[in-house]
Amino acid sequence: MSTTSARPPVTAGPPHGPRPGGPMGPGIGAPVAKAMDFTGSLRRFARTMRPERARVVLLTLSGVVSVALTVAGPKILGEATNVIFEGMVGRLLASRLPAGTTAVDAADALRAAGNDAQADLLGAMDGLVVGQGIDGGRLATILLGALAVYLGAFLFGWLQARIMTVAVQNTMRRLRDDVEAKLHRVPLSYADSQRKGEILSRVTNDIDNVAQTTTQTLAQLVTSLLTVVGVLAMMFWISWVLALVALVTVPLSIIVTLRIAKRSQPQFVAQWAATGRLNAHVEEMFTGHALVKVYGRQRDAAQRFAQENDALYDSTSKAQFISGTIQPSMGFLANLNYVLVAVIGGLRVASGQLSIGDVQAFIQYSRQFTQPLTQVASMMNLLQSGVASAERVFELLDAPEQERDPERPRALERVRGRVAFENVSFSYVEDEPLIEHLDLVAEPGQTVAIVGPTGAGKTTLVNLLMRFYEVDSGRITLDGVEVRELTRDALRSRIGMVLQDTWLFGGSIEENLRYGVRDGADVSREDFLAATRATHVDPFVRTLPDGYDTLLDDEATSLSAGEKQLLTIARAFLADPEILVLDEATSSVDTRTEVLVQQAMNALRSGRTSFVIAHRLSTIRDADLIVVMEHGRIVEQGDHESLLEAGGAYARLYQSQFAAPAVDVEDAVADPTGV
Amino acid sequence: MLVSLARLYLRPYSRTVVALLALQLLATLASLYLPSLNADIVDQGVTQGDTAFILRVGGWMLAVSLVQVACAIGAVYLGARAATALGHDVRRDVFDAVQRFSARELGRFGAASLITRTTNDVQQVQMVVLMTFTIMVMAPIMLVGGVVMALQEDVRLSTLLLVVVPVLAVTMGLLVWRMVPYFRAMQKRIDAINGVLREQITGVRVVRAFVRERRELQRFGVANESLYETSLGAGKLMALAFPTVMLIMSVSQVAVLWFGAQEIDRGGMQVGSLMAYLSYLMFILMAVMMSTMMVMMVPRAAVAAGRIWEVLSTETSVTEPVDPVPLGTLSDGDGPRGRVSFEAVEFRYPGADAPVLTDVTFTAEPGTVTAVIGSTGAGKTTLLNLVPRLFDVTGGRVRIDGADVRDLATDDLGSLLGLVPQKAFLFSGTIASNLRYGKPDATEDEMWDALEVAQARDFVEALPEGLDAPVAQGGTTFSGGQRQRLAIARAVIRRPRVYLFDDSFSALDYATDARLRAALRPRAGDATVVVVAQRVATIRDADQILVLDHGRIVGRGTHAELLAGNETYQEIVESQMSLEEAA
Repeated sequence: MSTTSARPPVTAGPPHGPRPGGPMGPGIGAPVAKAMDFTGSLRRFARTMRPERARVVLLTLSGVVSVALTVAGPKILGEATNVIFEGMVGRLLASRLPAGTTAVDAADALRAAGNDAQADLLGAMDGLVVGQGIDGGRLATILLGALAVYLGAFLFGWLQARIMTVAVQNTMRRLRDDVEAKLHRVPLSYADSQRKGEILSRVTNDIDNVAQTTTQTLAQLVTSLLTVVGVLAMMFWISWVLALVALVTVPLSIIVTLRIAKRSQPQFVAQWAATGRLNAHVEEMFTGHALVKVYGRQRDAAQRFAQENDALYDSTSKAQFISGTIQPSMGFLANLNYVLVAVIGGLRVASGQLSIGDVQAFIQYSRQFTQPLTQVASMMNLLQSGVASAERVFELLDAPEQERDPERPRALERVRGRVAFENVSFSYVEDEPLIEHLDLVAEPGQTVAIVGPTGAGKTTLVNLLMRFYEVDSGRITLDGVEVRELTRDALRSRIGMVLQDTWLFGGSIEENLRYGVRDGADVSREDFLAATRATHVDPFVRTLPDGYDTLLDDEATSLSAGEKQLLTIARAFLADPEILVLDEATSSVDTRTEVLVQQAMNALRSGRTSFVIAHRLSTIRDADLIVVMEHGRIVEQGDHESLLEAGGAYARLYQSQFAAPAVDVEDAVADPTGV
Repeated sequence: MLVSLARLYLRPYSRTVVALLALQLLATLASLYLPSLNADIVDQGVTQGDTAFILRVGGWMLAVSLVQVACAIGAVYLGARAATALGHDVRRDVFDAVQRFSARELGRFGAASLITRTTNDVQQVQMVVLMTFTIMVMAPIMLVGGVVMALQEDVRLSTLLLVVVPVLAVTMGLLVWRMVPYFRAMQKRIDAINGVLREQITGVRVVRAFVRERRELQRFGVANESLYETSLGAGKLMALAFPTVMLIMSVSQVAVLWFGAQEIDRGGMQVGSLMAYLSYLMFILMAVMMSTMMVMMVPRAAVAAGRIWEVLSTETSVTEPVDPVPLGTLSDGDGPRGRVSFEAVEFRYPGADAPVLTDVTFTAEPGTVTAVIGSTGAGKTTLLNLVPRLFDVTGGRVRIDGADVRDLATDDLGSLLGLVPQKAFLFSGTIASNLRYGKPDATEDEMWDALEVAQARDFVEALPEGLDAPVAQGGTTFSGGQRQRLAIARAVIRRPRVYLFDDSFSALDYATDARLRAALRPRAGDATVVVVAQRVATIRDADQILVLDHGRIVGRGTHAELLAGNETYQEIVESQMSLEEAA
């Protein structure tokens, strides 16, 4: 990389973070990451739920039953009210009419007496018998029926939600497993080219988001829609006049919601933009805290903060207010509906066209009617974000996979460890060749040191040998067999690797050390301890209170960088590979541990073909072969003595370090490429 | 915590809050009044066939609804204002508090945690306060109002409330109580699964090199299974919750009708009242549910409030001097020259067993370069940070031109120093705006000049936008070496009396490092230069090298002197003869 080229800016993924829930519940106002292909991704998600289809059918059925029963409830309670009302009116009339008169006779008698209004009222009271108070038996039957219906609604509702949970959680578990399996199949170039946080976010936040939205929307969507249909049917059945009245408020509430949402949307956009700006500023000021302080810029920082903070206050209070008016407005429309039903219903009851219980039922229905509508509206928002997340997960699942292992792979019996690069060319980016026509042979048991400036292609050689990346042309052979004819597992299990990046996983030290032990291989306690002693791990592990059972956390913070390095060396030692790849640490390891690391590496190398990406002169002096790389080519190779004699690039590097005074170094450097 | 924080920060808005409460009271009372009017329609209008009465009361209901909606919207307006104002003020105070923090407090909390506290935590508290204002304050009003209205309709029937309300409250409570551990466990399981994934993604090379994919799949499988179990457990409880609440409400309706019928048969009640009663019952039960929900929500916000409080109540350990020494009086009246001296300096973190620095004494003279070398954890960075008072010493003193740094005003002290931190941090903006961070009134010539010294001129010139090239936050669009050189230019442009380089050359290749140092020498002139370094090559021509080991100075002298007679230094040199740097 030349000094003048800046890295291309990293493309940012869609904004994604914890979904903030407002007082309006989930959905309204939150920045919704829109799916690129909504229906396509939704359909695909439906496909991933296919193994659960029996459950989905079952839960829909129980949903239908549950909703039907729930919807029947108010009507039944209305009947009960009718019985009560009839009993009351019957008793009221007992003072004027003979006991035992039926409703029809009573109405005629009242009309004859000129009391038309009360006569009309009786029009809808079939069960009325004058003088016979409330029919306790009938009321009990109706109410018991209501209890049964509610109990049924409860049971089926519960059943539906339970099946739902199982179906969704099964799907999520499967989705997570799919993603995990995928992660092990993508080529390394995918993992390298994506930002780690980005991949991580897909497999964690996104799947989580999908799970949440599915649980919240799938069940509700079904019930809400069914409820709307059921309630509507009941309303028309009871009284189409009242139903029409109630329906008037529906478009009204939709219009009001949409209008308010439309007006609040820009405020929410402003709010999220302001939040973003404020967070960015805070993040910058806190991470650069020392600089802000030493450079005396606190006042500017505070001023800028005040600015963003004010903007955030402004947009948030507006957004919250405007969106907050939805609830009272809906409440008002519901009340309006209530008033209309009460008045018109009252008039119709008075005229005998409707029973009082029906009015009561109607009031309950109209309340049940508007609720699911607003729920569906807010769910659409949620669904959007869920589908967008699902889409991001699918994208990962669709990533190209690494080249398949050969159908009939060659097997290696005994590996001697001769590695040859034959005319190998490779580039990470097309038209930017990194390695060109490279030839290199490592004989069994030899140590090959690779030296050269950053970007010369040293690490790339390792990537190719391990088949993390595939060569573009030429071939790499192991004991004469082209590595592509082997399975990756077979190849890699012969090679032990120690990288600068000391990766350890959360678990005990012993588990970490045994990580590389091949399946089926049994490492006795003696062998284990012999290995840890040879690699200088034993002494410091013994000083830990829990010894080899010490648990390492994610970052293994309890260990120093040098100790971690020693652990990775011991891990490779225990794996007992025929070939070694060592990337010497340049990271700051303190001087004494450094010496131990050197010794451990030497112990590891003995008798094995080793590739050492060298940073230290001491390693190189006794290497069998030193390869000096520049710009993806080998400019020199040979052993230490012969290279010194040749007086080429290696000799210049060596001189500059040990003999020449500091000022002369510049002259020694032929080509100051850097960084 | 939550309550005291809210009370403290709502004090300036107490009028708004009172008005809001009044409006909510009115709105809720209006809602409660409607069923009672409906009862009148039934009992006096419908039964008597009085159409005019029905219409009149209907009109009255409409008016009450209008009052209700007006009050509710007013309350939302005031609530939104008060809650967001609270958020605004808390955020401001947290930010100010953090700005005053020294590196010690910052280190204690961690920058990431402080960012969360200033943003997300405040947001959470703000949201809870808003919800309280707009929805939750209605719960008690509705409960009390509902009970009063219910009693008014019929006292005997209201004994039913004594059964229904506790049943609902206890059921909800039980459900929530059983759910909470699940939710808590769920967060842990999610963290665990994320932990496994993070390890696999960062360690992908190791996993593949050791052919451990199957093992990782298993490990993931275990984590996945346990998340599945917990999610399923929580889900099943949730599945039970909603139908149960519905059942309790429905059954209590049935009970009201049954017992209400007895009352009516006795002549103690009318049908309209019974219908109103049903509505009140629903109001009361809704209020009980809301309160339970509130109980669920508060703990999270309380944690956030606690975290905010922690920041607000932390005093900074680095304070401004009451009576600062003016810069003009330094160096016995000659003004600042930049002579830095450490006198028996000790520094230890609060509660730490061992001090980071012990008995550090040295003087860095103007016009000379002092280098500090030692392995990681030797205390090099801490030593450097004591000069700009990112920390204060716990023993001894640090002086600049004779004055204790603790006696100088922070701005004055800063104006003498040019700090280049270990991690080359750039601010978002442009290259020019970053350079102006060092010198607000820098001219373009000065900028190019500083870039030239820092060996950054070439690559900046090559950028199409030159000085106006955008810099992303943290400077991620530039390579490590480029960032470091820009950070150096930012210090150079200040023409400080004291340069403080904290391992600032580590990302530069050896040749650039050498050229930069060569250019810096004449530029620094008679200023004092203190360099912390890992690698010997960077510092071997320093006038004075201090070898630091475990917080003590174990050797001082020039490269040649130390190479001849200091064991620690020799070890360092031996281990660091490195090819990479020479290439």
